[in-house]
Amino acid sequence: MQSIGILGAGKLGMTLAQLAIKAGYRVFIAGSASPERIRLTTEVLAPGAIPVTSQQAIERSDIIILALPLGKFHALNPSLFTGKLVIDAMNYWWEVDGPRHTVLPDDQSTSEFVQSHLPESRVVKALSHTSYHDLHDSPQPPGTPGRKAIAVAGDNPSDTTIVAEFIDRIGFDTILLGSLAAGRRLEPTHSAFGANTTADELRMLINPEA
Amino acid sequence: MSKKSTIYQFGLDSFGDLATKEDGSLTTYAEAIRLVTDEAVLADKLGVDVIALGEHHRDDFAISSPEMVLAAIASKTKHIKLASGVTVLSSDDPVRVFERFSTLDAVSNGRAQVILGRGSFTESFPLFGYDLRDYNELFEEKVNLFAELLKEKPVTWQGKMRPSLHEADVFPKTESGTLDTMIGVGGSPESVIRAAAYGFPLMLAIIGGSPDRFRAYGQLYRRAAEEAGTTAHPIGMHSPGFIADTDEEAIELAFPLFKEQMDRVGASRGWTPMTRQHFISEVQHGSMYVGSPETVAKKIARAMRAVDASRFDLVYGFGPVRIKDRQRTIELYGREVIPRVRKILAEKEGN
Repeated sequence: MQSIGILGAGKLGMTLAQLAIKAGYRVFIAGSASPERIRLTTEVLAPGAIPVTSQQAIERSDIIILALPLGKFHALNPSLFTGKLVIDAMNYWWEVDGPRHTVLPDDQSTSEFVQSHLPESRVVKALSHTSYHDLHDSPQPPGTPGRKAIAVAGDNPSDTTIVAEFIDRIGFDTILLGSLAAGRRLEPTHSAFGANTTADELRMLINPEA
Repeated sequence: MSKKSTIYQFGLDSFGDLATKEDGSLTTYAEAIRLVTDEAVLADKLGVDVIALGEHHRDDFAISSPEMVLAAIASKTKHIKLASGVTVLSSDDPVRVFERFSTLDAVSNGRAQVILGRGSFTESFPLFGYDLRDYNELFEEKVNLFAELLKEKPVTWQGKMRPSLHEADVFPKTESGTLDTMIGVGGSPESVIRAAAYGFPLMLAIIGGSPDRFRAYGQLYRRAAEEAGTTAHPIGMHSPGFIADTDEEAIELAFPLFKEQMDRVGASRGWTPMTRQHFISEVQHGSMYVGSPETVAKKIARAMRAVDASRFDLVYGFGPVRIKDRQRTIELYGREVIPRVRKILAEKEGN
C-alpha cells in the first residue's frame, strides 16, 4: 500500500497530506479546481504531495480519502471508484451544506450515503471525528503512552484493517467499529465527535453503556 | 528580512460578549456595548495599540455594528487604533463598508482599520438575504470590489453578486488617501493566497490547537505575494485569553467561562462539551492565553515568534466573564504583559 489520493485541498485535506507524506506514502491531492490552483499551497503546506486532478488522484492511488464538503461530493463520478478503497472523512455540516434532508436521507449515516453513491467502491469511515488541528498536533509513534486514537467504521474487516494500518503509520491508534452503519456514532452531535483522546476513552465515548 | 526594525503591535479584541454583573446577572446588550466602550477608553490610557470589535449576529454577542461602537470610542480616546475584527464582507455591501469606515477614519483622525473576513459564523447570510452556497464567491467578488474602492477614485466594476458600478465615486475620501485594511483568515489556504494576491496584510484567527502550525501560513502568504508581485506585510494573530494575578486563579476562573462559551457554540455544531483536560491542554500547548501576566507574556512571545507575527490581539472577556475580571485582564495586559512581551522579543532580536 503506497499511494494515497486525497480529494479536497482545504484544512483537513492538506493536514492529512502532510501526515501521509511524513509517514512515507506517495500522496496525490486534488482540489475543486485545476491542480495549478493548489500548487503553491501544496508546496508550502504539504511539500512532497503531488497536485493532480480528482480523476488522476483516484486512478493513481490505493486508498482515496474524501476530504471535501459533503455538499460538493455529488460532483464526483462514481464510475471512477470501481474497486477502490475509500476513506470517508467527511461530515454533514449544516452551515455549509444546508438542511440535512436536502443533502442526505434521514435514515442513513453519511458514510452509508457515500457508499450508496459510490456502489462499486469499498467505503470505510475514519478521520472524521478529530479536528484537523488535533490531527496536526497529536501524531505519535506506536506504543507512546497516551497516544490518541481514531475510530474506523466499515463492513469489511480486511478493509478496516488496511485503513487501521494507514492510520497507525500516520501516528494514531485505532479502534474498529464492525459496520459502516455504526459510523453514525462518530457523527456531529454524538459524544465521540470532536474527541481527541486515547483508544480506551474513545471506546467509552462511543459505547458509554458498555 | 531584518528583524531589527520590527514594529510590534498589541491589541484587545471583543465581540461584545454579555458580561456578568456584581449581582450575578448578565448585562443587557446595551450595557455590554457601553462596557466595551469604557474598556476601550481604559485600554487607550494603558497604551494598548488596537481595540478590535468583531461583527456577530447571535444572542451571546452584543456587537453587530462594530463601527458604531468604534465611533463612540473614537470620541473618548486619542491614540488607540479602531479596528473591526472582523467585518463580514460576504454579507455586506463593499461600498457601504468603505463609507462607514472612511467616516470612522474621519471622526477618529485617521485611526480606523477594517479587517475583512468571511466570518466563522453564518447567521448574517439568511439575515441579509444571502445564500450560504455562495459563501466563497461572495467574498471573492466583494474583496475584488473593495480593493478597487480603496484606490479612492471613480470605480467601474462588474460582477455577479452585486449590481455593477459605472464611474461611481464614493465618499468621504480619507485624509491619508488609504483606508487601513486587513484580511482576517481562520485557516483556509485559499484565503491566505487571496490576501497576498491583493497585497492586504494578514490577520490570523487562531482559536484552537498549537499556533506553530500557522507559521506555514505566513510562508504561504509571502510566497504567494512574491508570485503575485505584491507586498507581503507583517502578519497579525488573534487568540482568546484571561489574565489574573496567579496561574491557578486564572485557570479556576476562566475554565467554566470558556467552557460555557465553547459548549454553546459547540452545541450548534455538534461538538462534544469541552473537558477540563482539553482546556488545560489548550492553556499549556494550544491557543488559550490564560494565566498570570508572566505566564501569558511568555506564551504570547513564544507564539509570535512561532508564527512570525508582529501583532498580537488578545480576545478578552470570552464568555460571561465578571466585569471586574475583564477589567483586571485589560489592566494586567496593558501594564505588565505587553511591556514584558516587548522585552522578551527585543532580547531575542538582540541575540
